[in-house]
Amino acid sequence: MYNFEYNRPASLDDALKALSSGDEVKLMAGGMTLIPTLKQRLAQPSKLVDLSGVAELKGITVEGNAVVIGAMTTHATVAASAEVAAKIPALTKLAHGIGDPQVRNRGTLGGSISNNDPAADYPAALMALGATVTTNKRQLAADDFFAGMFTTALEEDEIVLKVSFPIPEKAAYAKFAQPASRYALVGVFVAKTAGGARVAVTGAGEDGVFRVAAFEDALSKNFSAAALDGIAIPAEGLNSDIHGAADYRAHLIGVMAKRALQAAG
Amino acid sequence: MTISVSMTVNGKTVSGDVEGRTLLVQFLREQLHLTGTHVGCDTSQCGACVVHVDGQSVKSCTILAAQANGTEVVTIEGLADGATLHPMQEAFREHHGLQCGFCTPGMLATGYDIVRRLPDADEARIRRELSGNICRCTGYHNIVKAIKAGAEKMSAA
Repeated sequence: MYNFEYNRPASLDDALKALSSGDEVKLMAGGMTLIPTLKQRLAQPSKLVDLSGVAELKGITVEGNAVVIGAMTTHATVAASAEVAAKIPALTKLAHGIGDPQVRNRGTLGGSISNNDPAADYPAALMALGATVTTNKRQLAADDFFAGMFTTALEEDEIVLKVSFPIPEKAAYAKFAQPASRYALVGVFVAKTAGGARVAVTGAGEDGVFRVAAFEDALSKNFSAAALDGIAIPAEGLNSDIHGAADYRAHLIGVMAKRALQAAG
Repeated sequence: MTISVSMTVNGKTVSGDVEGRTLLVQFLREQLHLTGTHVGCDTSQCGACVVHVDGQSVKSCTILAAQANGTEVVTIEGLADGATLHPMQEAFREHHGLQCGFCTPGMLATGYDIVRRLPDADEARIRRELSGNICRCTGYHNIVKAIKAGAEKMSAA
């Protein structure tokens, strides 16, 4: 990897200052994607700002009807959280299924969603639960935050602070993991929320995470696996690669959605 | 541009000058000459480079040395007590939990971590927890047996 200047600010203010210092600056959360990306020379920042020293970005709280998770909270912390397990057990399962134990000890929620890998798990949870992302500048609904493969609405001088997940009536996540990488070949998050059913799919879409309106309409009337019988997902707009063709992924979306619904009960 | 780092490695305070891009595993192997930690894939998949940083198992090929500044690091060299093997090492020896041995430092680091977090882990759980460690000789059966036996030794110790 090319060399860079390393910074580890101790406060959000210092992080923002470093971010706006005019150099080609890259923020680092857990580094589980960024460091491999740097090794491959797919990114060449002149300055790296490590957010791990910013204490205010870490932690899990229950606020009213929502679970609020700081951007720098690791997957292992979310997976082990009693609050998360009590309020949104689907999120516990999702966090526990990311990568491997060593990756979960370093990788973070904020890093995952800011990178918006089209096969990452968290984007599906945010979309299906109707989460809100708080940055240093504004609040963004998940539907507005994710903007295509490896793309988000984040501006250059914007840092994700936390994510607020409304507590659903029921929810579950089912992932068909690529066996080597553990990324989702197809992952489906289903949620029964106050505003109706929501279904989000990761791993399958050419433009990253997306919601499935046909499933949501059917599930809003009847939140059960049987409600999805006969609803086909078109292969158009889905990924085709050596791990699975688009029509295979289209089929898997239905299968994983039903598995998630069975798990949600 | 260099950065001065200082950390505790296997109980001893060490320091050195690194570049921003220096990986923790490079610092351990090339500057501290602790070559027990291996680099297998260099893509954070194989787990040969697993060490403990502040009590957590991590892949040292995917952490910068600068990120480990001020932390407590334990490598494979820090497990044994002088000439006395750690119970987990002893269990790997007894159960022949290795073939070529390349993955072993990472397997031991992860095995020790599993037992510390999940002392009663059953075989299925041990296998799941080993998902970040690859043995190219595919000697998993004996590795799992060794970790189970190591858990018993560690709880008896």
